[in-house]
Amino acid sequence: MAYSDKVIDHYENPRNVGSMDKDELNVGTGMVGAPACGDVMRLQIKVNDAGVIEDAKFKTYGCGSAIASSSLLTEWVKGKTLDEASEIKNSQIAEELELPPVKVHCSVLAEDAIKAAISDYKSKGQDQKKSA
Amino acid sequence: MNTTTQNHFALFGLPVSYEVDLNTLSEHYRELQRTVHPDKFANASNQERRISVQKAAQINEAFQTLKSPIRRARYILEMRGVEFDDQRDNTVDPMFLMEQIELREALAEIPKNDQGLMKLGSLQDDIQQKVQQLTSELGELLSEDSDEAMNRAKSNLHKLQFMDKLQQEAENVEEDIANSL
Repeated sequence: MAYSDKVIDHYENPRNVGSMDKDELNVGTGMVGAPACGDVMRLQIKVNDAGVIEDAKFKTYGCGSAIASSSLLTEWVKGKTLDEASEIKNSQIAEELELPPVKVHCSVLAEDAIKAAISDYKSKGQDQKKSA
Repeated sequence: MNTTTQNHFALFGLPVSYEVDLNTLSEHYRELQRTVHPDKFANASNQERRISVQKAAQINEAFQTLKSPIRRARYILEMRGVEFDDQRDNTVDPMFLMEQIELREALAEIPKNDQGLMKLGSLQDDIQQKVQQLTSELGELLSEDSDEAMNRAKSNLHKLQFMDKLQQEAENVEEDIANSL
């Protein structure tokens, strides 16, 4: 099966690979895995006081489509508010990367990862308020 | 569904259980394969031949399913009405995923030399131990019949699938090192 040029570009030059300190209050970490293919994805966001995502990092162990989906997503979420980022749908990622039907689950994984990261960030804020 | 369609366990005369004696399974598999061998149908009608080919495929599929600890668990869960969606069933257990990422990082950092081979060996032992733990828990969960046990069994099975992938990748690394020495 042939990968699209966009997938190959992200696979060969992944954007924003890396990690952040998950214990920082302004960092949200989302981890998801797809048991069917064994892919594992970690996506992290750094959020400023205005609720805007300033930076995003990812680490994905998986196929080219999973790496490309998470790489693309980190590019997309930078500069977006949490609400805007949570509206990103897997179908947009799949369309942009021209993923074939058998690889659509990689984009689902990326969508689940950003949702998990946002919810992790929000839960930290609540803990802080409770303890304040 | 066709009323003559037997479940995979019944086909081999085995009870529906996660504990399968692989020797008995292989023995019954070979016996069944003999009954549908093409040589036996050399002079048979087209219809009989067609049925024997279908039967052989069914026997093969059943054998492959029951032989694999992962496919066997899934088959039992599906028999009990647990649904699987490979496109959407994602694992979100953070502790487990954290461990997966650490194990994969450890695998990626293994140097391609003699020392790497040693490190790889101990990593593989570590993974194997986790696989055994998950498999034995899975066996216990599948012997219960509550919804809760089935849900936990499904999540346990998913964890095993990640470990299986990790084992395959560890084998690839082992081969790479062996080829480079």
